[in-house]
Amino acid sequence: MKNFHQYILKGKVSDSTEEIESYKIFRVLTAVYFVFTGGHTTEILRLLSCLSESYSPRHYIFADSDKMSEAKIRSFEQKRAETFSNSQFTLDRIPRSREVRQSWTSSVVTTLYSLLYSLPLTYRLKPDLILCNGPGTCVPVCISALLLRLLGIKRAIIVYVESICRVETLSLSGKILYYFSDYFIVQWPDLKEKYPKSVYLGRVV
Amino acid sequence: PFPPLLPPQVLQSRGYQKLVLQVGRGELKPALRGSPALAVEAFRFKDSLAEDLRRADLVISHAGAGSCLETLEEGKPLIVVTNEKLMNNHQLELAKQLHRDGHVLYCNCSTLVETLQSMDLSTLKPYPPGQPEKFALFLDKVVGFQ
Repeated sequence: MKNFHQYILKGKVSDSTEEIESYKIFRVLTAVYFVFTGGHTTEILRLLSCLSESYSPRHYIFADSDKMSEAKIRSFEQKRAETFSNSQFTLDRIPRSREVRQSWTSSVVTTLYSLLYSLPLTYRLKPDLILCNGPGTCVPVCISALLLRLLGIKRAIIVYVESICRVETLSLSGKILYYFSDYFIVQWPDLKEKYPKSVYLGRVV
Repeated sequence: PFPPLLPPQVLQSRGYQKLVLQVGRGELKPALRGSPALAVEAFRFKDSLAEDLRRADLVISHAGAGSCLETLEEGKPLIVVTNEKLMNNHQLELAKQLHRDGHVLYCNCSTLVETLQSMDLSTLKPYPPGQPEKFALFLDKVVGFQ
């Protein structure tokens, strides 16, 4: 995990707390990904509301069929820019990998199609951290990140937060990413019991 | 789907003076006529229900997670009316849990009137806000920002 950080220490070593404090500002992430599909935008923006300015630049990725998210993100970022002066963010759309009630077999095809878009995007931005809460769109992005990891190009930490709506059963994206995420967060104790590898922090949205 | 289920007398008898309906693709002219004692207003969709929720004394809603949470966060009493035929099972999960935890009243179309007549809203427990700061703390540790 250690090599994940990028410390830009300008070749200096210092014991002074003050200087170390100032270095903290330079500890940067190359990119942070936020992946979601409409409807869950509110949830992920709430999670973001408490994250420090270190989580920057922020790249939002959502489904191209999603009409609502862009305005919500823009107004969220606008508010954030009032507090933090150097706010950086981008918005990217990729084809949705699975529509509601779409069959498993056709979902595989649309996911591959979606992968055609998410792989170059992930390769270009090489995120350090991917935060997603499903449904659908996060699967191809996470597959892309895993491919980059396998190829030794970039190791992104994948954090999946299951929606507050899921009390007893996981979403399809959740069932898949339970096995492929580094940290899998659930918001109800029943799910924690069923999925022991998951992390339960109480309700976080 | 509710108006035909809601005899105005029931609302009046509980002291409500105005009913605001979001009818979606349903009939815009409410089947339920207003009366001097109960005003009725209807609309199809709004970008945000926040204003209506703020003014409401009671909210009756389907089990959709968004509507449930938005209402509870506004601190308003909520009756969730389920229609198990229309909803995927997982969409009911949250409403059922909120009912188990005492945050909402829960009924189906045929028991709505009964619920309205017998409800005691003071028994509902307030819904504490979620804690995204716990998530931020967790993520800081994961990433090494601490």
